[in-house]
Amino acid sequence: MKKNSSMTVHSLLTLAWILISLYLAFIFAPNEANQGNVYRIMYIHVPCAWSALVGYTVIFAGSVGYLWKRSQFADDLAYAGAEVGFIFCCCLLITGPLWAKPVWGVWWVWDPRTTLTFVLWLLFVGYLLLRTFFVNPAQAALLSAVVGIIGFVDVPIDYMAIRWWRTQHPQPVIMGGPDSGLPPRMEIALFTSIGAFLCLFFYLLRQRLHMGTARRDLEQLRRGETATEF
Amino acid sequence: MRALDILWTLFRKDLRIEWRQRETLASICVFGVLVVLLFNFAFTPAGEESLRLLPGVLWIAFAFAGILGFNRSFAAERQNACLDGLRLAPIEPGLIYLAKMLSSLVFLAIAEVVIIFATALWYNFSFVPSIKWFVSIVFLGTLGYVGVGVTFGAVAANTRMREVMLPVLQFPVVVPIFIAAIEATSGALRGEASSQFASWVRLLVVFSVIFIVLSFLLFEYVLEE
Repeated sequence: MKKNSSMTVHSLLTLAWILISLYLAFIFAPNEANQGNVYRIMYIHVPCAWSALVGYTVIFAGSVGYLWKRSQFADDLAYAGAEVGFIFCCCLLITGPLWAKPVWGVWWVWDPRTTLTFVLWLLFVGYLLLRTFFVNPAQAALLSAVVGIIGFVDVPIDYMAIRWWRTQHPQPVIMGGPDSGLPPRMEIALFTSIGAFLCLFFYLLRQRLHMGTARRDLEQLRRGETATEF
Repeated sequence: MRALDILWTLFRKDLRIEWRQRETLASICVFGVLVVLLFNFAFTPAGEESLRLLPGVLWIAFAFAGILGFNRSFAAERQNACLDGLRLAPIEPGLIYLAKMLSSLVFLAIAEVVIIFATALWYNFSFVPSIKWFVSIVFLGTLGYVGVGVTFGAVAANTRMREVMLPVLQFPVVVPIFIAAIEATSGALRGEASSQFASWVRLLVVFSVIFIVLSFLLFEYVLEE
């Protein structure tokens, strides 16, 4: 019961935070000088990017945790991080082209940032496919942990891509160096929406973890039943 | 010293198995050459254009040939429960990985030599002027590619549809190696000064080292039952 109430609080907090960030993104933040209203997709695109990167980091943390402690929880965490992170990565790849079409004139450009983001999406797909294709479920946790850790090597490069290479993708506005940055109002709106998306991310993650436990409990109950029948 | 002895023994064992069957080597050579041939039909490149296409054609052929090899690299160990024998032997799992990696490296290198000869012939291209850099870049790129491929091959061997699973896992992870290898190769073949593409070569070195060290450390979990 206690867990349920904390989940309810988390869901209400997420809802309120998202509503506030929507207000900030669409009404409070001013128009951009060159792009007008189009730039406002940034308040969804950038938070999705953060959530996707956090998602893969959760896979990495869960994988390391599983190999180290062999705890079921760590494995569940990695799996949950993959599923939730994948959703945000999909949103990231959908909102990007929506913005690029009016601003760059094309849906997609193969520059380092977009390429590596696509790679990140493929890493999620590979990891999720792998988890469904194991012959022996007992090995699933172990081997997907290995894949999760090796795949994580590519993640920091994706994050650093717009910092290392001059790409067509807009330069970073957060932690991007002395000349970067946003007008205060935009900055408030952006940080609020990043917070709201991360709050949503962790809410979904908790729900997914909860689902994993429930599924295992159910399987155990089923096994118990068949065992008594024989 | 003992570790080197073990490594040598395991490496020789892999080579001997392959020498007696010659299946993997034959199939990856033929497959790699077929990829080059198909590209030739698809683009019919001539002159300047072939220089632009060559690095990509070469690396795609290497990649496909490699995938075929990694899929097979642990197949032989599954017969007669050889893998269980390896597991039971008092050997560090990382050494099993290194031996597999070295033997796969040798097989892929042989296939690459065949592929390079085929491209030189069909594209009327001489690799001789840039041979020093070209060989080092191909070696580094292959090293990183094989470094991940052997581990993922062992992982994919435990899944249904492993022939599909391996490329789905392998290609995204090695994209940085590919980008760096193709950029560096095209710089070298165009005869640019080495400072022009040195940063790509550095990236290749960094990735190869990271992938091999990680695989070496993680391989004991791959072998666990």
